[in-house]
Order: sequence, then structure tokens, then C-alpha cells
Amino acid sequence: MPEANQAALRSGHHGEPAEHPRNPNLQHHFMDMAQQQEASALGMWVFLVTEVMFFGGMFFAYILYRTWYHEGFIAGSHHLDLFWGALNTVILIVSSLTMALAVRAAQLGNRRGQIVNLILTMIFGAAFLGIKAIEYAAKFRDKVIPGRHFEWHEADPTGAQAFFSIYFAMTGMHALHMVVGLGIMSVILFMAWRGRFNQDYYTPVEISGLYWHFVDIVWIFLFPLLYLLGRH
Amino acid sequence: MADHAATHAGHTHGHIAPVSMYITIFLALMAGTGITVAVAYVDVGFFNTAVALGIAVTKATLVILYFMHVRWASRLTWLVILASVFWLILMFTIGMTDYLSRDWMGVPGR
Repeated sequence: MPEANQAALRSGHHGEPAEHPRNPNLQHHFMDMAQQQEASALGMWVFLVTEVMFFGGMFFAYILYRTWYHEGFIAGSHHLDLFWGALNTVILIVSSLTMALAVRAAQLGNRRGQIVNLILTMIFGAAFLGIKAIEYAAKFRDKVIPGRHFEWHEADPTGAQAFFSIYFAMTGMHALHMVVGLGIMSVILFMAWRGRFNQDYYTPVEISGLYWHFVDIVWIFLFPLLYLLGRH
Repeated sequence: MADHAATHAGHTHGHIAPVSMYITIFLALMAGTGITVAVAYVDVGFFNTAVALGIAVTKATLVILYFMHVRWASRLTWLVILASVFWLILMFTIGMTDYLSRDWMGVPGR
């Protein structure tokens, strides 16, 4: 290999002068920061595809059981509190906005903007979980927890139990993703606090944002499918 | 890498969208939520579900394109995302085809 090429590889900047400083955040196996960021984002998307298939399985169960137990699903949906569900939808959309603004602040190297927006995102995420806890507590009080002590005095108890099984499986799995998201955001907030991100390097904020938005999208589908059945 | 240098001039690699764009998308998502709830109270039969899902898909598309920056992403990223949608549709249609058609034919011995 010609010596000029080796020097270029060592410096990490293919075809650029060797004296151009190499970004300390650039891993040795990438050509430049742009390639590194694109690879990271693509890797995150591949992970999100597995998440789509994971939640997709539960959405399939929802479709199938809703076809089988149409009445029970409508009765079960009526039992959910539309106010809390709608409020949580609004809260998650606001948190997605602040998350997008946090990524933008990172792109501009604005440390204060990152910290403020990440904290806001986490507050909204925690509020979502708090409301979910209020809803779950009400379900326990009303004894609509699937299992031996399930109590149902309306139409189609079997179907209603199927509805609540799917309700708890899907919202529970979604809430678990929110908890994981809050953990990820704590790390990102700490890194932002330390001033780790700038115009050249903000990949962790970007791909954590992808995760947060994905969890928001899952709720965008869960809300009408669980809360809004046969409201008319 | 020549095209990289051309498309990513300067130091920042991603597209930086103005705050006004994020606010616009946010307002569209809020409007979509409001319409979803309002439509749920009007009885249009089968179309209740269709409208609710249509709005949800629109909202998800807005989040993916703008909040997740896919509008400015590489074609490879687009391919990965569309592949997930494709497999999801396959799972739903083939799965439902199986379950819904099971009673259509008499099975001997059942």
C-alpha cells in the first residue's frame, strides 16, 4: 500500500491532508464522522424494526381477538377512562416535541438547550407513567384484572377478559419501554451536562431520540385501538 | 465518499430543521389527536375504525419523517423502514387469512 494511503488511514481522513486533526469521537473503522453517524442511525433503525415486529405480534393478537370477541372488546374499551388516555396521548406528543428540540440543540452544540429539553422530556415521560399508575390502580379497584378474580357484570365476560389481557400486555410492555427510555435519557442528560455533544458529534442524542419517538408512535396506535372502541 | 463531502458541507452531518417546522408538526399531531377523539363519537359504522387507523398512520408518518429525520435520511434507511412495514402487513394478512378461514371447510374427524 502506498505510504500516502497509510498516512490517510491513520489520520482517519481519506484523501485529506494528514495534519487535519482526527475527531476523538471517530471510531477507527469509519472513514469520517458523517459515515459513522449514518451507520449508527441505520443500526438504530434495524433495532427499531425488531421492535416493530415485537409490538406487531401483540397488535396481531389484538386484531384477532377483537374479531373474535367484538362485543367484549367494546364493553372493555368503554370501561377505560378516555380522559386519562387522551391526556397521556397529549403528554407523549409534547415529550416527542421536546425530544426533537433536544436533538436540534445538540446539532447546534447548544448545551443549555439540550439540558432543558431533555429534562422536560423526562418530566413528561414520568408524568405519563404516573397517569398509567392511576389507571392501573383503578382497574385493580374495579377487579377487571384477568384471572381467577376477574369480575364483569356487562356483556361478554370472556371477551372482556381477553380485552383486558391484551390491554395490560400492550400498555404494560409500552410502559416498560417508557421506563427504559427514562433510563436512556438519564445517561444522555448526564453526557449533555458534561458537554459531550457538539455539531460534530451528537449521535447518542439522535439515536436515543429515535427510540423515544418510536415509543410515542406505539402509543399513537394504542390510544385509538384501546380507548376509542364503539364510543358513539 | 465524494458525494458525502458534497451533501454534508461544513461540520454538521445531519439536516438542521427550523424550530417552526417542529412546532408545525407538533400542532398537526395535536389536531390529529383531537379529530380522532371527535370522530369516535360519530357513528359511521365500519369507517370508525378506518378513520381512526388512517389518522394514526398519518400521525406516525409525520413523526417518522420529521421528528425522526427520515425525510433527510439515506435511501438505505428508507428501505429498512419500508421493509418493516412490508413484513408487518405480511404477518397481519397471512395470519388473519389462516385464522379466519379455518371454519370454512369441514375437517374430517372434528
